[in-house]
Amino acid sequence: MTSHTHTDAKPGLKAWLLSDTPQSRGQARAAAWYQGWLKLTSNKLTSLGLIVLTLLVLAAIFAPLLATNDPFVQDLGARLKPPGWEGHFFGTDSLGRDIYSRLLYGARISIYIVLLVALVAPLLGLIIGTTAGYFGGWVDTVLMRVTDIFLAFPRLILALAFVAALGAGIENAVLAISLTAWPPYARIARAETLTIRNSDFIHAIRLQGAGPLRIITRHVWPLCISSLVIRVTLDMAGIILTAAGLGFLGLGAQPPSPEWGAMISEGRKYILDYWWVATIPGLAIFAISLAFNLIGDGLRDVLDPKEAGK
Amino acid sequence: MSQPEIQIEGLEVFFGEGHERNRVVHGIDLSVAQGESYGLVGESGSGKSTVLRALVGLVTDWHGAMHVGGEALSGAKRSKAFYRRVQMVFQDPYASLHPRQTIDRVLSETLALHGIKDGVDARIDRLLEQVGLGGGFRFRYPHQLSGGQRQRVAIARALAPEPKVLLLDEPTSALDVSVQAEILNLLSDLRAEFGLTYLMVSHDLGVIGHMCDRVAVMQTGEIVETLEVEAMRRLQAEHPYTRHLLDSALRSSGHEGVEAAQRSAS
Repeated sequence: MTSHTHTDAKPGLKAWLLSDTPQSRGQARAAAWYQGWLKLTSNKLTSLGLIVLTLLVLAAIFAPLLATNDPFVQDLGARLKPPGWEGHFFGTDSLGRDIYSRLLYGARISIYIVLLVALVAPLLGLIIGTTAGYFGGWVDTVLMRVTDIFLAFPRLILALAFVAALGAGIENAVLAISLTAWPPYARIARAETLTIRNSDFIHAIRLQGAGPLRIITRHVWPLCISSLVIRVTLDMAGIILTAAGLGFLGLGAQPPSPEWGAMISEGRKYILDYWWVATIPGLAIFAISLAFNLIGDGLRDVLDPKEAGK
Repeated sequence: MSQPEIQIEGLEVFFGEGHERNRVVHGIDLSVAQGESYGLVGESGSGKSTVLRALVGLVTDWHGAMHVGGEALSGAKRSKAFYRRVQMVFQDPYASLHPRQTIDRVLSETLALHGIKDGVDARIDRLLEQVGLGGGFRFRYPHQLSGGQRQRVAIARALAPEPKVLLLDEPTSALDVSVQAEILNLLSDLRAEFGLTYLMVSHDLGVIGHMCDRVAVMQTGEIVETLEVEAMRRLQAEHPYTRHLLDSALRSSGHEGVEAAQRSAS
């Protein structure tokens, strides 16, 4: 989300970005981003999270170059070999496939799921929450009761039901996770909107003759988005775990797809004798979840509207 | 004199619903001539701000007749022409500017909402100049400005559609004394320059005395007395509540009180 071009700034560019009196819209925006970026990276743990995530994204992008083997090629003669055996960094699984290569390709699937869910669920929650909060009355009542119904079900169970209805597969897993993940975002967006809608700056814009659609999308959304972004990054771990859980239960990515949850599921049978088959994808899930959590913590410090502007 | 710019007759305003519905403004009449500066004064909770809010439609539950520039108002809906004609400056400049929008964005959004598309850049520069802010402020965020500077931005926003009427809801009570004077002078200058009509709410008799031609004194939702500012300066108030207000204003500024002041004047 934040551009990396800021880091290799020349002194002139840095002064331009930190100027107190920006001369153009672009400069003002770039300066705001740059200051956020500086604040974000001043937090060491967040920087660590960013580095881990960057490495994982790079690994996913360059998987074909980094992989030592084809992730789908089976070699039954070399099944369940320990890490380090004949060039298999992390060993092989029950069908003799190279776990390291599968892990790299699996990163693509995990990131794909996370990005899709992170786009769909908060957007849905934002639309529903701000509409309910801004209009109040029966609109609020109806939308929030629907939200309550969704919240009443345990998330994984509801996702299971959706997948069972829609059919197994990654796309349906994404859809199911999104459909179960939006209610908390709607709640947050509604709460934010309730505090914003009676503030003087919203009154002021109403007195310029602005309609509800314009007020919600251009004046309320920008203030809700920061708390949603924080919540999304903190929820990323949960999303990955749900996706992995669906994979583990055989309702997410289907074999031979190297999805991390499905890999754990396959390794479960051998966990006592051949620990690496399940442990290594588990560590990968742990790493990406932790990275997102660390970033979320840092983002909260940068974006929290209660902190900003004071 | 032609028809009054703002005419309010028998305005009653209610808060709450059902059993809890409370009448907070009890039928007030008020008439502000074109180009006049009219003050509404009273203690907290006397309903003075509520009158402004009912006028612009932020308070919806009201009875009575209100006309602005000859246009009759009803309910909460106001016409485009009304929003162009009447603008409001809020009490707290820390709350009345969007925290995530630059000054440029605030003003260009306002201009866009009034359908002004030509020469937006030049207009924004001119507006900032009119309120005494240089171009260096244009792309700053509200949190980079002081209270007085923010209030200037809020005034620039109110001036953007070239209104006839400014409603001022205690525009200086959130500011320091020295900044208050600057903002009041700015408002006086702008009124002289553009021939604006002001309806100003304040609890500060000094501010009203400085800014207004006529004053209505409100107490618990009613206008108890209307008088010229000149008369107020000479302490010729009839109603006991007005005298009480004048008295406390004098005492708080280190004088003896109304009785003593009148004795020494006669």
